Amino acid sequence: MSQSDQVHTSETSRSAAPRPGHLPPVEDLVACPTCDALYQLPDVPKGSRARCLRCHTVLTAPRDGAMTRIVMLAGTSVILMLAAIFFPFLELTAAGITQRSSIMDVVLVFADGPFVGLAIAVGALIVILPLARFLALIYVLAPMAFGWRPAREAVPVFRLAERMKPWSMAEIFIVGVAVALIKVAGLAHLSLGPAFWAFVALVLITAVKDTFMCRLTIWKTLEQRSQ
Amino acid sequence: MMTARSAGLVGCPNCGRVHDVPAPGRCQRCGWRLPGHAPDRSLQRVWAWLFAGLVVYIPANIYPMLRTNTFGRTTESTILEGVVDLLHHGSYGVALVVFVASIVIPIGKFFAIAYLAISVERREMMQVHARHRLFEVVEFIGRWSMIDVFVVAILAALVQLDFAATINPGIAAISFALSVAFTMLSAQSFDPKTIWLDGDMRPR
Repeated sequence: MSQSDQVHTSETSRSAAPRPGHLPPVEDLVACPTCDALYQLPDVPKGSRARCLRCHTVLTAPRDGAMTRIVMLAGTSVILMLAAIFFPFLELTAAGITQRSSIMDVVLVFADGPFVGLAIAVGALIVILPLARFLALIYVLAPMAFGWRPAREAVPVFRLAERMKPWSMAEIFIVGVAVALIKVAGLAHLSLGPAFWAFVALVLITAVKDTFMCRLTIWKTLEQRSQ
Repeated sequence: MMTARSAGLVGCPNCGRVHDVPAPGRCQRCGWRLPGHAPDRSLQRVWAWLFAGLVVYIPANIYPMLRTNTFGRTTESTILEGVVDLLHHGSYGVALVVFVASIVIPIGKFFAIAYLAISVERREMMQVHARHRLFEVVEFIGRWSMIDVFVVAILAALVQLDFAATINPGIAAISFALSVAFTMLSAQSFDPKTIWLDGDMRPR
């Protein structure tokens, strides 16, 4: 994945005295979401990134065909997630007994007594929120990829997808699996099921998909197309 | 450095769209709540979530995380005992991962968020870059504390071998999960802009 690290940031204060009367129209300005620094962004070429000069937050990083790729990768992730939910995840053998568990079992283990809340939380963090985020991205970006008008309520749906990002913890779950494997290694024999590999693939695809995500481009496109 | 606020404009904290003053309550592009209407209470939310996280972190360390039953004998282990167990097994690498994820990161996060909130309250202008980097690290790394909760869930789902071995979650799993969630909410309530504020742009 090669992308030039060229910085295409331009400061508005560089050219003219920062007097409100001399500012370009607000449509041409961008405020850094992290530190509020004001920029007049030129059209950033595809494949390069514009970073904030002060806090180095990536302002925009448009990529060629990004919308189509995100939709396809999110679609792949949905299929992998469905496979990961229902196929056996881990298989454990000890004292002649074999126990197969799917991700649903992991979620449902807490489902009785005081642990119901934890069952819901774990289910939400590793299955529901990632799945909801993939579906939300497909809903918002598929019409964009085809060049159509945005779907109904695309703005709140995309905002929700952004909010869900820190709470979808599929990659953390994988590390948890690795730790659990080592913890029971002395107790029993363990083997990995197909769902585990589906889950690993899902985590990798999500990571690739996030490199194509450019919030500014998506928000701008949504705004332009809905007019 | 000219900021949207110092230019008399309002920038959206989510999508960066710039609005003229008086700005609408919500961003016209993405609908995010824009600052500047109500007095800024983000620091109060930061402290509230941080204290909530701290309170539930105490039982998370005192009560057992895992209850293991092998051949009729039940042993309970707290978070720290789980790490010591791994050391006895000789899995030093994994012990280190669990130790960092469930002890170093949560405690470090409490201090880091408190330090950031205090430095904003005191209107310190020193080391803004270092503090911003610290905030990014806290926001990125905080979710990884959830590892131990997932380990408990996986173990309890897997190891249900009747008499030979059963593993059940302990009450600390709940309070630890809550603690991680509360400190994540605390970090999310923190407005990184306040680190960079200068002159007229401070909270309150």
